Amino acid sequence: MNLFEYTRAETLDAAMSAATQDGAILAGGTNLLDLMKIGVISPTRLIDITRLPLHDIEEHDGGLLIGAMVRNADLARHPVILSRFPAVAEALLSGASAQLRNAASTGGNIMQQTRCSYFQDPLSPCNRREPGSGCAAIGGETRNHAILGWTEACIATHPSDLCVALAAYDAVVEIAGPDGLREVPMESFHPLPDANDAGPAPLQSDEIITHIRLPDPGGMARNARYVKLRERTSFAFAIVSAAAALEIQDGRIVQARLALGGVAARPWRARAAEKALAGQPPTEEAFARAADLALEGAAPSGDNRAKITLARRIAIRALIRAAAGTPDRLPALPASVFEGDCNG
Amino acid sequence: MTQILKLTINGTSQDIPIDDPRATLLDVLRERIGLTGTKKGCDRGQCGACTVLIDGRRINSCLALALSYDGAEITTVEGLAQGDLLHPVQAAFIEADGFQCGYCTPGQIMSAVALIAEGEAGLDPERVREGMSGNLCRCAAYAGITEAVLKATRAMNREDAA
Ligand SMILES: Cc1cc2nc3c(=O)[nH]c(=O)nc-3n(C[C@H](O)[C@H](O)[C@H](O)COP(=O)(O)OP(=O)(O)OC[C@H]3O[C@@H](n4cnc5c(N)ncnc54)[C@H](O)[C@@H]3O)c2cc1C
Ligand code: SF4
Ligand code: FES
Ligand code: FES
Repeated sequence: MNLFEYTRAETLDAAMSAATQDGAILAGGTNLLDLMKIGVISPTRLIDITRLPLHDIEEHDGGLLIGAMVRNADLARHPVILSRFPAVAEALLSGASAQLRNAASTGGNIMQQTRCSYFQDPLSPCNRREPGSGCAAIGGETRNHAILGWTEACIATHPSDLCVALAAYDAVVEIAGPDGLREVPMESFHPLPDANDAGPAPLQSDEIITHIRLPDPGGMARNARYVKLRERTSFAFAIVSAAAALEIQDGRIVQARLALGGVAARPWRARAAEKALAGQPPTEEAFARAADLALEGAAPSGDNRAKITLARRIAIRALIRAAAGTPDRLPALPASVFEGDCNG
Repeated sequence: MTQILKLTINGTSQDIPIDDPRATLLDVLRERIGLTGTKKGCDRGQCGACTVLIDGRRINSCLALALSYDGAEITTVEGLAQGDLLHPVQAAFIEADGFQCGYCTPGQIMSAVALIAEGEAGLDPERVREGMSGNLCRCAAYAGITEAVLKATRAMNREDAA
């Protein structure tokens, strides 16, 4: 790890003015320190934002305003998250480990880097790490690479579980910068790659995520689930995942939300599928048609064609579970595909 | 520039001069304080051998920048026993044969102490396994570990009731 200067910011303004082009924000450190240890990034200054007053979760208009420093474990246990945004809790609890969730922050989770193993290897060409150097993942090991929204410049996926659920719930990322505040929908926060490069950074170096805003989920509060396929049932990143939420009245879907994880460089909101579900009865046939629409345009970025089938199945399963209703207590194995009490 | 890190470690408060900001909490505990019970396995958050409690919550000390935890209260495996009297979780690991080589054990024990305090797994073995999934055991003593956590939970419930 390179040497750096350590600064602890006491105010947001101090944090922003301490920011430099080659500095980095330190929150929980669970991704930043990891990447510094393996030489993927080498910031010359760390600005510690753990003391900023961004630790609160406030209720507003039936929704929530979540401080960027709220730890993943605390967010997953918040009573309003559990009662009205259960897919957020299930996504969080399906990610990382209890130790990591105690340290990991909301802002850091959103800003975490891809788990592309070539990105993590400083000796491999990687347009995301070193623009213009190429992409070593093409023709390589692509199990956790994209099937949607990729280009030859970068086929990486964003690894966050939380972001998938947040995108499904129409969350908004609030960002402070030297010129004031701006906000970006979670769904489009992470830029997709273009023909020549991996896409711009989501934030300028002197911008800081302050909050995540979750609007009122209305009638979807108790029909929401997250399902995550991984190589082992716990403590593993998603191969594919899906967050689904439904509002069902008189046997018909009033509104539907579906977002996929592990498939693209951002959480993939399946708007066409959602539209097709509105007005339909919540049947497996309707969910299968929706899943086809969600995967429309999907293409393998390497030896990962199976992910298209897997993502389709996980989407259907998340919709079936959402229609069945969120259980009062989250299952012992959150988001597991091995759930006994559901025929999905 | 040397910065002073204030930590309360197993009940004793200490001022630790830090002249290299790269130090993780794990490095400080092992190399500066001499508390080598906390182990370094992967050094990347993947194995749980370095688990300690910070203000009562379990974290991976290998991914904790020491300076960022200024003012914190740390409990390590050395802080559990009272003299010769083992903590119920330590006793249960011995009784239930919860280890083989023992390298992962301090991390397992710290994680189990926190899991029981979190109170969400109770006596459900599946929830215990899920709650302990951040602690890998290269010897695969998992069956004994789960049994030890359940035994300790029962013992601590009895203590609470008494
Ligand atoms: C072994 C392991 C397994 C994991 N498994 C999963 C998993 O299954 N699912 C999953 O979703 N995640 C998983 N993770 C990733 C984990 O969720 C992230 O490391 C964590 O959420 C990052 O949060 P942090 O607060 O520690 O961020 P840090 O490491 O402090 O920061 C990460 C990045 O975000 C930036 N940043 C942090 N806060 C802000 C802010 N407020 N504004 C602007 N920039 C900011 C930092 O500069 C840095 O670039 C795993 C991690 C490990 C080590
Ligand atoms: S897929 Fe993207 S992150 Fe991975 S090596 Fe290629 S350019 Fe880098
Ligand atoms: S040494 Fe910290 S998790 Fe492995
Ligand atoms: S007892 Fe040997 S690693 Fe767990």
